[in-house]
Amino acid sequence: MNWEMVMGLEVHLQLATQSKIFSGSSTQFGGAPNEQADAVDLGMPGMLPVLNEEAVRFAVRFGLGIGARIGERSVFDRKNYFYPDLPKGYQVSQFFAPIVCEGLFEVPLEDGSFFPVRITRAHLEEDAGKSVHDIFSQETGIDLNRAGTPLLEIVTEPDFRTAEQAVSYLKALHSLVTYLGISDGNMAEGSMRCDINISLREKGSEGLGTRSEIKNVNSFRFVERAIHSEYARQADLLESGQTITQETRLYDAEQNTTRSMRSKEVANDYRYFPEPDLLPIVLDKEYIEAVRASLPELPEAKRARFANEFALSKYDAALLVPNHAMADYFESVVKSCGSPKLAANWILGDLSGALNRHEMTIQNSPISANRLGGLIARIEDGTLSSKLAKQVFDALWDQEGDADQIIAARSLKQVSDSGALETMVEDVISQNPDQVAQYLAADEVKRKKLSGFFVGQIMKASKGQANPKILNELLLRKLTDQS
Amino acid sequence: MPVSPEDIKNVALLARLSISTSDLAEVTERFGRVLQLVDELNTIDTSEVMPMSNPHDMEQRLRQDAVTETNNREALMASAPAQEQGYFLVPKVID
Repeated sequence: MNWEMVMGLEVHLQLATQSKIFSGSSTQFGGAPNEQADAVDLGMPGMLPVLNEEAVRFAVRFGLGIGARIGERSVFDRKNYFYPDLPKGYQVSQFFAPIVCEGLFEVPLEDGSFFPVRITRAHLEEDAGKSVHDIFSQETGIDLNRAGTPLLEIVTEPDFRTAEQAVSYLKALHSLVTYLGISDGNMAEGSMRCDINISLREKGSEGLGTRSEIKNVNSFRFVERAIHSEYARQADLLESGQTITQETRLYDAEQNTTRSMRSKEVANDYRYFPEPDLLPIVLDKEYIEAVRASLPELPEAKRARFANEFALSKYDAALLVPNHAMADYFESVVKSCGSPKLAANWILGDLSGALNRHEMTIQNSPISANRLGGLIARIEDGTLSSKLAKQVFDALWDQEGDADQIIAARSLKQVSDSGALETMVEDVISQNPDQVAQYLAADEVKRKKLSGFFVGQIMKASKGQANPKILNELLLRKLTDQS
Repeated sequence: MPVSPEDIKNVALLARLSISTSDLAEVTERFGRVLQLVDELNTIDTSEVMPMSNPHDMEQRLRQDAVTETNNREALMASAPAQEQGYFLVPKVID
């Protein structure tokens, strides 16, 4: 049978506030257990929540960033369930009147087209604590540092048909929220977690099958794998005449399978009701417009501007723009050297390669944008061949100074003086009569191959400093002269 | 709205309440009466009325985003029945 997948995504985005959504405890990641949980976070009797203005502002920034309607009057509700890491027995969330209402997010795809995703809503809520199962043998440990961390839950319509679409959406979302500065987007630390609602139906049919929900997937690659594995599981069941159970599942990356979460089976009956401890959030037009005015240039606008201003290819722009820090770095390099194409090549090539090898990000690159620009300027003006430039790059990485200092210290100037090159070419020809004879006897195609030998010898003699373009011209002429 | 003993058992489970078998019939009957009252309220046309989410006719005040609480773990954990290495301990949770 030919199956079609239907998916909707829910992303839990941790907002980058200093303090929690309803208390003055720190949200910093990695603290000792329970040292960042106060009486409000612990759900002590009589404690009252006080809403963090930054969490509200961040939610509005997100809504405006995707062109969604902002709920001018939104309300918090209690979502009731019992779990040891939820001290109050309910999670404060927004169910009936979310802060961000319907919107449309245009997700850029690799081929330059856009995939529209309908955003159903985005609402504010508090995170739960963390259950630790592997430290104690007889008990479960509870760490409430994360309890009360502000989350924005972003919900889409069931618009996804392939894993690639889902991953493209998540990448674009990740890029947008880091541009907006509302989340650090650190997926390894759980700042962006994804729930996938997935069902299958016969291709061409309009109805919806029974869905399962895969919870808390926290990397792009795992999202892709989890979807493929859940698709295979559901297709197998349907094809053998069985039915799909509506349930919550967990993705197990090691086994690359999803498995049922028994603890969540009992009831998806949360009995929401308005949170009496909090009043409605009322946002007037003035406030919303002020937030709108503070929005930075967003990825789509930057992509278009890079294409116009720097004649950058779609491919380069698609690689540079999603990472805000990288886009900024690129602009600084261009400012300092004036060569957008070379800047893009060096950033996406050598620099990204070196950063990856050292597990570093562009924010802490040992080569500043200015210094990389200085290197590119010396390539542009012919001082450095691409081979010498790589040497200078390595020296820049090792903090040996700026490009000009390194060129001077290592006397790396490219030899473009044709007199000096001519002597070198003549020397190599006279020292290697056998190779010359071979060359002269060869046809056009073989000659090209054989000339590499002479180039190699001259490069060795010039310590790599011969200008390859001029060298090749000279060599060809001199060799032809021999016949 | 008619309510069955099964509904009551389910609600009790969700709320972690224990209702003995001998009480079930009476609780079901009384619970049903409350729901009847709600059904009666539901007959009133409220399409023009904005839902009241809070009895106070006020808007939410916001707090500045600043860390004001410092580590107070020892005091806050003092009344926990079981704790170790800074964690609250609860019976083993199996997923």
